[in-house]
Amino acid sequence: MTDLVLKGGRIIDQDGERSGDVAITGGVITEVGPDLAGDRVLDCTGCVIVPGFVDLHVHLRQPGNEAAETIESGSRSAALGGFTAVVAMPNTDPCTDSASVVNDVLAWGVDALCEIKPSAAITIGREGHELSPMAELVGLGVRMFTDDGTGVQDDGVMRRALEYAGGLETGDGVPLVLSQHCEVTALSQGGVMHEGEWSDRLGLGGQPAEAEELMVMRDIALARLTGVRVHFQHLSTAGSVGMVRAAKAAGLPVTAEATPHHFSITDASCAGYDATFKVHPPLRTDADVAAIREGLRDGTIDAIATDHAPHTPDSKELPFDQAPPGMLGLETAMALAMAELDLGFADLLPLLSWQPAAIAGLADRHGLPVAVGNAANLAVVDPNHTWTVSGEAMASRSRNTPFEGRTLTGRVRHTIHDGEAVVVDFEATR
Amino acid sequence: MKHLLSIDDLARDDLVELLDLAEQFDTVQQRQVRKVPALRGRTVVLAFFEDSTRTRTSFDLAARRLSADVVNFAAGSSSLKKGESLRDTIETITAMGVDGIVVRHGSSGAPHQISRWTDASVVNAGDGWHQHPTQALLDSFTLRRRLGDLEGRRIVLCGDILHSRVARSDIAAFTTLGAHVTVCAPATMLPPTIGRWPVTVERSLDRALDGADAAYFLRIQLERQGGNLVPSLREYRTVYGLTVERAARLGDGAVIMHPGPMNRGVEIDPEVADDPRSAVIDQVANGVAVRMAVLFRTLGPGRFDGADPDATAGEVAADTGSGHRADHTTSPDSTLEELPT
Repeated sequence: MTDLVLKGGRIIDQDGERSGDVAITGGVITEVGPDLAGDRVLDCTGCVIVPGFVDLHVHLRQPGNEAAETIESGSRSAALGGFTAVVAMPNTDPCTDSASVVNDVLAWGVDALCEIKPSAAITIGREGHELSPMAELVGLGVRMFTDDGTGVQDDGVMRRALEYAGGLETGDGVPLVLSQHCEVTALSQGGVMHEGEWSDRLGLGGQPAEAEELMVMRDIALARLTGVRVHFQHLSTAGSVGMVRAAKAAGLPVTAEATPHHFSITDASCAGYDATFKVHPPLRTDADVAAIREGLRDGTIDAIATDHAPHTPDSKELPFDQAPPGMLGLETAMALAMAELDLGFADLLPLLSWQPAAIAGLADRHGLPVAVGNAANLAVVDPNHTWTVSGEAMASRSRNTPFEGRTLTGRVRHTIHDGEAVVVDFEATR
Repeated sequence: MKHLLSIDDLARDDLVELLDLAEQFDTVQQRQVRKVPALRGRTVVLAFFEDSTRTRTSFDLAARRLSADVVNFAAGSSSLKKGESLRDTIETITAMGVDGIVVRHGSSGAPHQISRWTDASVVNAGDGWHQHPTQALLDSFTLRRRLGDLEGRRIVLCGDILHSRVARSDIAAFTTLGAHVTVCAPATMLPPTIGRWPVTVERSLDRALDGADAAYFLRIQLERQGGNLVPSLREYRTVYGLTVERAARLGDGAVIMHPGPMNRGVEIDPEVADDPRSAVIDQVANGVAVRMAVLFRTLGPGRFDGADPDATAGEVAADTGSGHRADHTTSPDSTLEELPT
């Protein structure tokens, strides 16, 4: 007997666009075709059924800052945004650099509304000196290592990390990836926004674009030296996009992500000193935004990743230079991509779904075509649903969205995670 | 004008009006009874999250000379240390019933944020590297007194422009008033996008000073020495200091200024600081009148519909006591009557 049927929608995936109902049983797609019936039917009229989204970059704040977010609340936010899997960043407290913390995150993630894939730190405490026990953590399922929040500053440490990780046996044929937050701290120190006309005018310390670009340049060189895969997190400058484009053309093993905020808004947003707009890497200029968009269009950038970074309201009500960087992203990512990128909906899907799934090592169960036998990790999108962004209304425990009050068109109506309808008619079911 | 957050918010007419108003309040300072009733019944909190004796004292005197009730609130700039957000702090202060908050904060933009979280008027008394609008007003006031109209005047600004709220405010005020501003500083102390500011950058201080109407020297923050901004203070003085020899390049009518406190022997030689062309003491003196004008504009009858300044004036005149009745007709009331409302 069929558990669930998605009825009346159009299917769009890597195999193209077609109409058809989707039947799901035991977490697996059991039938795709016309006029299917089942115990439970979700109306998909006027909607598109797509492979679920995968976010390579979220901060779930657990353990350590459960007032801002928990794995449960963050996963609810993810599900509402159409994500069926997210990669949790390791800048927790304690840092995710040991088997015990990885096991905790996995355990807390069991009942989450999407799959929680922990990443782990490249170095102990994300301090940039000693390598974390990578082999042990790989054994627990970690496939991405990152010191996100800071980049590995020391060239020698980064080289050794790449070499060591690149040589490890993962057992499932999925190669490890080292994911870098590119920022040379000697250049960015004291900077709380993009260094440019706005930082000069506002009297705020700036981070020059070159602080990011120098590390992108170095890590491209190290990818060449070691032959090991490097993933560039949240590219924010035109120069970074250009270098990654050239590295790919040269056949180097690099991938990259960009965030919705970096392709939507600029440093001018900081003019009112609202710390909601403080983020690292910082919001840049119009020219950078244009370059990020072009990078997403031409394949230089492989994935849209949110860098979902919840912070409690009181921490964002500190003076701009003291407030923590970061903004919410999970519930607005798809609609912003629809609004801001000059791409058809079908062309957004690789960026939101199967390309990040492959980078994260999740391609066996996420981002798969809507076809019989595949895991039922799906999003059902109403492309015409118009809604207004409200931090208060979000499932996240925090409210720090930079898009407050913005009207967007396109919203996830249903989300299916491992066959369970975790979002139905724009609302989480638990 | 509800708040004064940045000189950038003021048009030329607004600036001139404030300076003219300050001239009127300055006459009050010359009297035996240095007090007018303009802000009687109003409460002003001096919220200094960063210590500054001279600015706080100046605002304190200005508010008291307008008969406002003044409360001092001192706290560190670091909200994190206290475990309380800036918003919580401000809402706590506001809950006690205040009409105006004078804010000094080590973080750029704090007064802007505060203005969103309170109904009280907010006056920026200096925020981070961003703005120090009353300093720019008192500097403009001092220059106007010495030079007359600033239209077409050439003013040199020398020192750490990048980290200076005084520089950002002064450049905005002086250029808005029609002056031409030349900046001279080590390139490490210039904003990276200075080329897009309405100023001329001059590498040679000697060349900059030739024919200048005024030369303004910013305080070097000795604690920034770790940042490798200049090789040494000795080299700084040699290249960018107003030495006795260099001061000779300025004409007799030129004005020498400094926001204080001075590092004598670094940005300005001790003899030069006491030169007759130096307006440093005037700047401090003028600060009170200018701040009276700002508090009056943001909090005074000009802002409050239905308030009757004359009635208030009458009450306060009575309060000043019979001993001062002799000049009663020429001081508080008549001054107030002349004030624009």
